[in-house]
Amino acid sequence: MAVVRLSFSPAPVHVRTARLVGVAVARRAGVRQGLLDEVRLAIGEACTRAVALHQQHNLPDPVRVEMSDYGTYAVRVVDRAPIEAGADLAALPASELARESLSEDALTTGVGFALLAGFVDDLLVRPADGGVGTEVQMVWPLDQ
Amino acid sequence: MELSLATRTVGEFAVVVVGGEVDVYTAPQLRERLFELVDAGAEHVVVDLGRVDFLDSTGLGVLVGVLKRLRTAGGSFALVCDREPLLKIFRITALDQVFPLYPTVDAATGA
Repeated sequence: MAVVRLSFSPAPVHVRTARLVGVAVARRAGVRQGLLDEVRLAIGEACTRAVALHQQHNLPDPVRVEMSDYGTYAVRVVDRAPIEAGADLAALPASELARESLSEDALTTGVGFALLAGFVDDLLVRPADGGVGTEVQMVWPLDQ
Repeated sequence: MELSLATRTVGEFAVVVVGGEVDVYTAPQLRERLFELVDAGAEHVVVDLGRVDFLDSTGLGVLVGVLKRLRTAGGSFALVCDREPLLKIFRITALDQVFPLYPTVDAATGA
């Protein structure tokens, strides 16, 4: 059983590092091979969302990622943006996706949430401990 | 893996072959290349995702942006993708109802 913690400056270039670490820990923890692409995508989406929120709010604080394998593989991605900014999560229906007035940022946010909800059976978005920021928690089963 | 981009012409179509990872870091390069093509007068654009091994919401946002731009200009935009992991991304996001998706470049260009 292990815990791996990572914190990184809120820059797009580091999201790839978080994905790589997240998948490496998942593989070592015993997540089924067939789920690893979904783990990679979901961690990437959660970190991309956190980086975008920090940049929108000019927050230099690091984004925090914690991975643990106590019976399941759990990944928590924590941002420090105002909670109301992080609460705006909803998938977009197909009729909205190609609407001319929908901005690329809004589309990316909606699509990102659709991917998280679609690829993570056990997904929880809640206020971060300490009252500032949002925590995205994702859990996958381990092979026995 | 870094993003790779190669462009060729098939009849009236500009075909952009994308490889590697399309994510929040590399998507701006993809946006720049595709918008350059459109600004240079390309009306019918096909993006071949056959060599892409990672595609996230940022990359999808870029592709939708180009689709809208070409649609407004009276052009066309299509994607080539035949790999199940990527097709699943399009289904989950409902973008399979937005993009014309083809299994091969020949099918996309009507060759």
